[in-house]
Amino acid sequence: MGELVLLGDEALALGAIDAGISSAYGYPGTPSSEIMEYVLKYSETNDGIFASWSSNEKTAYEEALGASFVGRRVLVTMKHVGLNVAADPFMNSALLDIKGGFVIAVADDPGMHSSQGEQDSRYFAAFARTMCFEPRNQQECYEMTREAFEVSERFHIPVMIRLVTRLAHSRAVVNTAPVKPQNPMEKTDNTKGWMLLPALARKNWASLLERQSSFLEYTTASEYNPLTINSDFTEFGVITSGLGKNYYDEAKQELPELPSHLHISAYPVPVDKVRELAENVKKIIVIEEGCTFIEDYLRGYLPQAIEISGKQDGEVPLTGELNPDNIRKSLGLAAKDGHATDMDIPGRPPQLCKGCPHADTYAALNEAREAFDNSIVTSDIGCYSLGALPPHNAIETIICMGASIGTAKGAAEAGFKPVVSVIGDSTFLHSGISPLIDAVSCNTPMTVVILDNGTVAMTGGQTTIMPSSRLKTLIEGIGIEAGHIKTIIPLKKHHAENVEIFKTEMNYQGISVIIALRECLETAKKKKSGGSK
Amino acid sequence: MKYDIILAGVGGQGVLSVAAGIATGAMLQGLQVRQSEVHGMAQRGGAVMSHLRISDTEIPGDLVGEGSADMILSMEPLEALRYLAYLKPDGKLVTASDPFINIPNYPDEELIKSKVDATGAGVVVDAKAIAKESGNLRAANMAMVGAASTFLPVEQKNIEKAIENMFASKGDTIIEQNIKAFRAGRG
Ligand code: SF4
Repeated sequence: MGELVLLGDEALALGAIDAGISSAYGYPGTPSSEIMEYVLKYSETNDGIFASWSSNEKTAYEEALGASFVGRRVLVTMKHVGLNVAADPFMNSALLDIKGGFVIAVADDPGMHSSQGEQDSRYFAAFARTMCFEPRNQQECYEMTREAFEVSERFHIPVMIRLVTRLAHSRAVVNTAPVKPQNPMEKTDNTKGWMLLPALARKNWASLLERQSSFLEYTTASEYNPLTINSDFTEFGVITSGLGKNYYDEAKQELPELPSHLHISAYPVPVDKVRELAENVKKIIVIEEGCTFIEDYLRGYLPQAIEISGKQDGEVPLTGELNPDNIRKSLGLAAKDGHATDMDIPGRPPQLCKGCPHADTYAALNEAREAFDNSIVTSDIGCYSLGALPPHNAIETIICMGASIGTAKGAAEAGFKPVVSVIGDSTFLHSGISPLIDAVSCNTPMTVVILDNGTVAMTGGQTTIMPSSRLKTLIEGIGIEAGHIKTIIPLKKHHAENVEIFKTEMNYQGISVIIALRECLETAKKKKSGGSK
Repeated sequence: MKYDIILAGVGGQGVLSVAAGIATGAMLQGLQVRQSEVHGMAQRGGAVMSHLRISDTEIPGDLVGEGSADMILSMEPLEALRYLAYLKPDGKLVTASDPFINIPNYPDEELIKSKVDATGAGVVVDAKAIAKESGNLRAANMAMVGAASTFLPVEQKNIEKAIENMFASKGDTIIEQNIKAFRAGRG
């Protein structure tokens, strides 16, 4: 017990630790990475917890399920788009008879600070018909995570905690509570609840649907969904969720009267409370972070007596983050005066570190491409995505983890030549191996460039799941001809020979792999200064 | 009492350590603090902005609104201008004078300087020279903390204690250099 200054991510991690988890799994992804990093650090000095990064979010999720199967509490972490990768086990796990408390922490990135999309994970929780908590400060990250484990065991479901970037990456004081002992290891006595054979799955599905009413009873009674009614003021009421409440709390002090207000942080949406609010006001303003999740439920399709205002009518912006300014506006408060300048301020987009190995790889690749009339370079998710920007202008697609290889294959098989796919080592191990196996099976004429910098650089330099030394063996094992697996060292002094290797392999009418091997500068720096990662 | 700061700089310039120095000092004084950080892609050499809020009562949100910042504290002059909309009419614009040029269209330095002056709120600090003087080029950040500290509701001794804590693992020389830069930054 005590007071600590923690990031939202760290508060969530500590909540899980203090709730008695036995294990934690995850795949790095901004803004979720610091959750696992906290548990990993903790597990270095505390024997009782097993924590590990996994190859991808799907494997992490499935590994976590095993812990629950034997009765242990377990945490699994990922970013919002990571849940797409883990969607298969996630959706199905809602049908399981969860034994040890199972909490999935998903960090959304409204505003796309470091993501390729802005999806709202609350839809996933509703899609799976499970429960979700949405904390709005670091203390709630801690407390709701603890509560989520209780709820998971009480209702036998996986429970989601939804974070957003601003909370994940902001620090405040957290008060902790006594640590719960871990669950004993005890295999489930209901293995039928874990086998989704159609006949059994139908039963489990019916059972999940039946339990919906008890979820709703819980969220309706929950203190995490507080409703205050001011029957003297009926012009409008407010529904907030997540960080929306923080901005609302600040702005409401300037409102002439305090409106009736419902804050929702435990889902499914507490319908009776929404109805009670609606009975007391003429209009409801909905302030929620992400998509129009609550708002859509309120609006439905049919005309209704009450006016609803929010993202759909543009009073709250449909994309990007909530902030004090757009919430003031939605409440009808005037903007505050600031300073201004008449100077045009040029943008300063992120860029590769000076001397980054990727820059040398791109320089060689760009020069090799000049030998061809036309060429395609598909790419992937990581620091090297910045190769899309000047001065590199080296890549042409960025879609999702692992997509570069499959997309290149499709383009090559549609007749385009030459096609190059550029992917980082960690992304390759995450979900690039399967499409490469596809390409081998068709001997697709394309070149895969694996940028092997020995780390998961973009998310802060986590250790890659497999060391560089074994990468080549793996690729050979898939069936790429040894003569068409080339290793280059992306340094200026090797530029000319690297260009030649690119040209040769781009001319080759089969599948080839070039490994560009040089350590990330940040990782090298960290190693030198004796950092543990 | 409440004091809102926008910290600005370029990824890798140490905006987070500046925020940490001030935040820890404020907490040592028993104040409440909210500090929002920037991680991930935005960090790589791009413009970064961090919000730091200090108060003696509960702070609901992590973000500072437009026209609400008591101070913009920037590690670099161009970045100081980027977030002017956040600065209160009577707020302070504290910036390091040394430009960080990693884009081809970086504006004329004299022009930037005149625009900082035109705000009437500018406090320009030669943090690089102070750091050199202190014997450690990396201490420029603490020189900026020093320059800011004369306006902050946090006592000098608390920030110095925070700096000592921050560099505790790096040895006495580094601590002394940073304290020296901090004091020189106070002017
Ligand atoms: S962190 Fe590493 S991989 Fe990323 S840009 Fe810097 S040197 Fe390159």
